[in-house]
Amino acid sequence: MPLKAVILIGGPQKGTRFRPLSFEMPKPLFPVAGVPMVQHHIEACAKVPGMKEILLMGFYQPHEALSRFLVSAQQEFKIPIRYLQEYAALGTGGGIYHFRDQILSGGAEAFFVLNADVCSEFPLQEMLEFRQQHGDAHSFVILGTTVSGSAGEQRSFVQHYVEKPSTFVSEIINCGIYLFTPAIFQHIGEVFQRNQQELVLEESSNGWQRAEVIRLEQDVFTALAGRGKLYVYKTDGFWSQIKSAGSAIYASRLYLNQYSKSHPERLAQNKPGGPIIRGNVYIHPTASIDSTAVLGPNVSIGEGVTVGAGVRVRESIVLHGASLHDHTCVLNTIVGWDSTIGRWARVEGTPSDPNPNDPYAKIDSETLFRDGRLTPSITILGCSVTIPAEVVILNSIVLPHKELSRSYKNQIIL
Amino acid sequence: MRALILVGGFGTRLRPLTLSRPKPLVQFCNKAVLLHQLEALLQAGVTHVVLAVSYMSEALGAAMREQEQRLGIRISLSHEKEPLGTAGPLALARDLLAEDGEPFFVLNSDVICEFPFAALAQFHRHHGGEGSLVVTRVEEPAKYGVVVSEPDTGRICRFVEKPRVFVSNKINAGLYIFSPGILQRIQLRPTSIEKEIFPAMAQEGQLYAMELQGFWMDIGQPKDFLTGMCMYLQALRAQHPEKLHSGPGVVGNVLVDPSAKIGANCVIGPNVTIGAGVVVEDGVRIKRCTVLEGARIRSHSWLESCIVGWSCSVGQWVRMENVTVLGEDVIVNDELYLNGANVLPHKSISESVPEPRIIM
Repeated sequence: MPLKAVILIGGPQKGTRFRPLSFEMPKPLFPVAGVPMVQHHIEACAKVPGMKEILLMGFYQPHEALSRFLVSAQQEFKIPIRYLQEYAALGTGGGIYHFRDQILSGGAEAFFVLNADVCSEFPLQEMLEFRQQHGDAHSFVILGTTVSGSAGEQRSFVQHYVEKPSTFVSEIINCGIYLFTPAIFQHIGEVFQRNQQELVLEESSNGWQRAEVIRLEQDVFTALAGRGKLYVYKTDGFWSQIKSAGSAIYASRLYLNQYSKSHPERLAQNKPGGPIIRGNVYIHPTASIDSTAVLGPNVSIGEGVTVGAGVRVRESIVLHGASLHDHTCVLNTIVGWDSTIGRWARVEGTPSDPNPNDPYAKIDSETLFRDGRLTPSITILGCSVTIPAEVVILNSIVLPHKELSRSYKNQIIL
Repeated sequence: MRALILVGGFGTRLRPLTLSRPKPLVQFCNKAVLLHQLEALLQAGVTHVVLAVSYMSEALGAAMREQEQRLGIRISLSHEKEPLGTAGPLALARDLLAEDGEPFFVLNSDVICEFPFAALAQFHRHHGGEGSLVVTRVEEPAKYGVVVSEPDTGRICRFVEKPRVFVSNKINAGLYIFSPGILQRIQLRPTSIEKEIFPAMAQEGQLYAMELQGFWMDIGQPKDFLTGMCMYLQALRAQHPEKLHSGPGVVGNVLVDPSAKIGANCVIGPNVTIGAGVVVEDGVRIKRCTVLEGARIRSHSWLESCIVGWSCSVGQWVRMENVTVLGEDVIVNDELYLNGANVLPHKSISESVPEPRIIM
């Protein structure tokens, strides 16, 4: 069966919670477990038999890094991958509606839609099989997961859909991964028509509202629920959102765990003359790591990174070109591109993991401030930040190109 | 000559160190505080020292007997059943102090300086008054009680508590010499020598002040203990530089017991004291700290302004700062951050302490 996949990558106005890291590169290219966030999606799509093409869709301007990534991903996965640029932010439904001909070209009988800012095992094949078992060739499938460990509802067709309800509706949450047939465009089209009529009626419309802006979740699923068209396939596999920079460390952990099965070659091993590895660690082959350094668990070391003698890194992402001098201790931190940490400095954040005692717990969509105070979070160093020797940087966010001269705690440093 | 050291109570201000041993036995710059005082008194010709204590301690008794042997002086305990203040203990030890009819020294046990006992005795004999006290200059006299004395003779005119306008910058350093006549003034009851006895003596023109040369510090609390250490090591640099440690990775004034081991690629100092049997592993950075006997500092840790208690173990990549004090036998797990933590003895720490607090 010819299949396609659409990965919704958003645009520069989105992902502000990912600042200051999204200043430097589109968030979907941010490395999670050593590879661009969206590469995990592409890899999962490329594995599905019958996959003809993968379309990245968003409203980023043509971007050198994005183009380069597409070229290398096409070579690696041997599948056509294109970027479709929306002329404006069209919402999760408006974009695919606008590009419906591109999606269906080549006779695609079904297609996946994946949000770029989730991390998952992507059980795409299982979603296809689930749909076949249901026997309805025209049904749509949402990947769902439960908020907690309870078995919950057994029914699998969607009776009711509410986006971000403020009261309890269901244990099942939408994972942002869908399987559609071309028939979905009729339903989106209905919303489009209705929007247009409403806009005509509403003379006072200020021109910002467009009929083309359609949200799959609120506008389409809500209407489809209860009509026996929309099914949910519940997964027990890992899943998390990657909204804030802090959740990138959590997502990295989930992917690194998966590597032990899917990509053992990407996980660093303890070798004579090499650094001490604890748990799952990714080290880019070009990184230079002193043999007395201790890394892990859940550490990703990027391209060209230098790690000095006696350095300790745990639960962190070190981006390309960064340099960690001797005896530094880096915990729960994202170290930005080309940043430097002086010797004996301690750079530490507070993990924003979901409750570790609940295997089904999901990461909160954190707010930066609570009661007017910066909530303790992971520490983020923007690109080209310089941390002097012997200081402590705790629960802080340092904006790019900043040279610090002292210790900071619980601060955003502009 | 004889001397009375006002040891007093449990030394609560220096907890958690004083939960493990009496304050006079806590090592300051690798030597028990009491020993600094005993050795200085011995040099000034003192042959009998009385310790005024308000609690009993076997450890103190044993240490006293050991020092009696070593220094060849007599050490007695004068035990208060109830706290007698700073003057009452003189009355309690009256017989011991007055026995030889000579002037005797009295000192607070928290004071560290270059003890000028011989000069003080000479000063006292020279002016012939009933008492002499050592005064030291301070930068901010408004925080203290100051001593106003005649510039030429040193005769004390009056005491002013926390002066609001400048009258003097000299404060009582807690070191005295008295003629036995002072004992007539003191009853066996709780009495403050500073507030009740001295003003009367000053009024009668019987009290003189001698200015201290060099550093002075009351090391009764951890913060001042560390400041006092810095001063002491600086004085050691001037007088006995050979006692200080030198070598690669040593910065400024560092005192290391010969039995301590320091690993490779460490940077130690300035102002660090490393006690007997201490092990500092590779790649450790220590500044402005006292590490007491038998402690182990594991690799790549960073310590500033801390007192590490006896037999403690500080894990790898630990950062401790801001007057963190570890009581005896505390274990700090790897990779933790302790900021101003006060940790009671025999505790194992497995979580960071990002803001100053007491760990019971």
